[in-house]
Amino acid sequence: MKSSVEVKNISFSYGKTEILNDLSLDIKEGEFMVLLGPSGCGKTTLLNCIAGLLDLTDGQIWIEDDNVTWKEPKDRHIGMVFQSYALYPSMTVEKNLSFGLRMMGTAKDLINEKIKKAANLLQINELLKRKPSQLSGGQRQRVAIGRALVRDAKVFLFDEPLSNLDAKLRAELRYEIKKLHRDLSNTMIYVTHDQIEAMTLADRISVMKDGLIQQLDTPKQIYNKPANLFVAGFIGSPSMNFLNAKFDKSNQNIIVGNKQIDISKYENINNMINDQKVVFGIRPENINIEKNENSIQCKVELVEPMGADTLVWTSIEGNPISIRLEGSSNFNLNDEINISFDINKSSIFDSKSEERI
Amino acid sequence: MSSIPSGPRPKYLTVGRIGMYCFILVCALFFLMPLYVMVITSLKDMDEIRAANILNLPKELSFYSWPKAWSQACTGFVCEGLKPGFFNSIKITVPSVIVSVGLSAINGYALAFWRFKGAYFFFGLCMFGAFIPYQVMVYPLLKIEDALGIYSTLPGIILVHTIFGMPILTLIFRNFYVSLPIDLFKAARIDGGNFIKIFLYVIIPMSAPITIVAVILQVTGIWNDFLLGLVFAGRDNQPMTVQLNNIVQVDYGVAEYNVDMSATILTSLVPLFVYFISGRWFVRGIAAGAIKG
Repeated sequence: MKSSVEVKNISFSYGKTEILNDLSLDIKEGEFMVLLGPSGCGKTTLLNCIAGLLDLTDGQIWIEDDNVTWKEPKDRHIGMVFQSYALYPSMTVEKNLSFGLRMMGTAKDLINEKIKKAANLLQINELLKRKPSQLSGGQRQRVAIGRALVRDAKVFLFDEPLSNLDAKLRAELRYEIKKLHRDLSNTMIYVTHDQIEAMTLADRISVMKDGLIQQLDTPKQIYNKPANLFVAGFIGSPSMNFLNAKFDKSNQNIIVGNKQIDISKYENINNMINDQKVVFGIRPENINIEKNENSIQCKVELVEPMGADTLVWTSIEGNPISIRLEGSSNFNLNDEINISFDINKSSIFDSKSEERI
Repeated sequence: MSSIPSGPRPKYLTVGRIGMYCFILVCALFFLMPLYVMVITSLKDMDEIRAANILNLPKELSFYSWPKAWSQACTGFVCEGLKPGFFNSIKITVPSVIVSVGLSAINGYALAFWRFKGAYFFFGLCMFGAFIPYQVMVYPLLKIEDALGIYSTLPGIILVHTIFGMPILTLIFRNFYVSLPIDLFKAARIDGGNFIKIFLYVIIPMSAPITIVAVILQVTGIWNDFLLGLVFAGRDNQPMTVQLNNIVQVDYGVAEYNVDMSATILTSLVPLFVYFISGRWFVRGIAAGAIKG
């Protein structure tokens, strides 16, 4: 597929502080790309660079086969939605929506037509005559999305658009953004620190840390096969369990303190060397409570019922382990349980490089 | 049941509170005293002023000092009262306020949103400019205006007031604009605004509060100015304050204290009016400007 946005080896620094260094990213036409990472990872900076709101220190940005590196934001055919909504407080919703078109000198009839279309799509018809201060958070964000819509932007940029909303509204608008993407199939770049948003919306996620892309892949791959320890720990809630261990090649075991775990079924076991120090990672839902020759006996230390699931906490050699079970499962404090790991679905990382093996 | 605390907490009048109110009352009276003396003196005739205690109320109200101060009192050789000065002050204040506030708004906007190279240096320069006592610059400015041929003219004094108002006003506007969400500015840039369009359509409609503050600061500051008006305005454009001084400082004849007081009250009416209608905004202005008021 054709590229829609290409970020080529860009660098950006504030004075002497380097935020992005030689970063490249290729976003396909119609793709929903999520930039995910903790605060300070450079994801918003990257988005602002694509929008042209920040000047690059180095590199190029291409939008639809057009080198826009030196172009003004208004000439990049983008629409942007901000966390703070950024609606013009002195204008009505209608004027907010039409501001960009009026600045371009679009004909009045065409403006009205476009506003009508966008308002219908976002169900904000009733709000057109109101001022932003008379709208709720969810309504404001709809208007902000509408403002990007009426401009017929080729690329939509979202800068944590749902972070200021409460949990229920967030889920609602997330659904609508996804629907919008299905109906418009524009390229969308979406910055968030919320992994649920990232998982649900993205065609591909780019997980960032310290200005570097840690992993760029589909949500499924990122969840199931995290490329390194950071990605493994960042994605998933409750998060992945980690055990520091040593590989014993002859027995195809890893040794955690006094306990041994058979990992002979691990896909890349052949890449491991004897005595290699590793971190064994397993998601809470990939631990089973069952007794077999490989199971480990431990004690229930805490139970967290979450409705659909129940989270049971225990520990192995002092390392806390969470197990995700059905909501109906019934465990009490200090119950003796036997747990076994789904090695197929586990991840093993080298302790030193923190890369997946 | 009644002994259990319930509902709003009862309010007691404590000794401390009574003391505080007494203190506030005394302070208010202390600051009102000069105004009281001014008003009652302006309503006495000269015989009574010479005879009676300064704090006594007038035995007989006489209003003749007011029209005299407005249109007959002698300011030097001319005896037309304060009236010409009032209109001169308006001619000076209105354009000075408009020009200085307008330019400062643009400057503040540029400093806050369009961070050009050296913006911080320029910002520091403004800070520095706002703290220089303007008496230092009177003579150099006089020479400059003389060379430009606008010394002792209306444009000359307007220019001077604009120059001296701009550092502090630029700071005030810049600080206000910095406090606006930067996302608004970003959104406007994406929506196709350039420097002027964003200023006109997005920034100005949001500037009402700070503009009111700036206007209050400038109106009171320029109206109350004496030194610059005396030096730069020239004989034909002397502001009200300068003429007031000429009335009060008599070199010959009798000092007419009632006329002096009426003239003083008349001169201070404009700033007083501004204070009264804009109390809330004025306090903000003090907080924003901090050094000029």
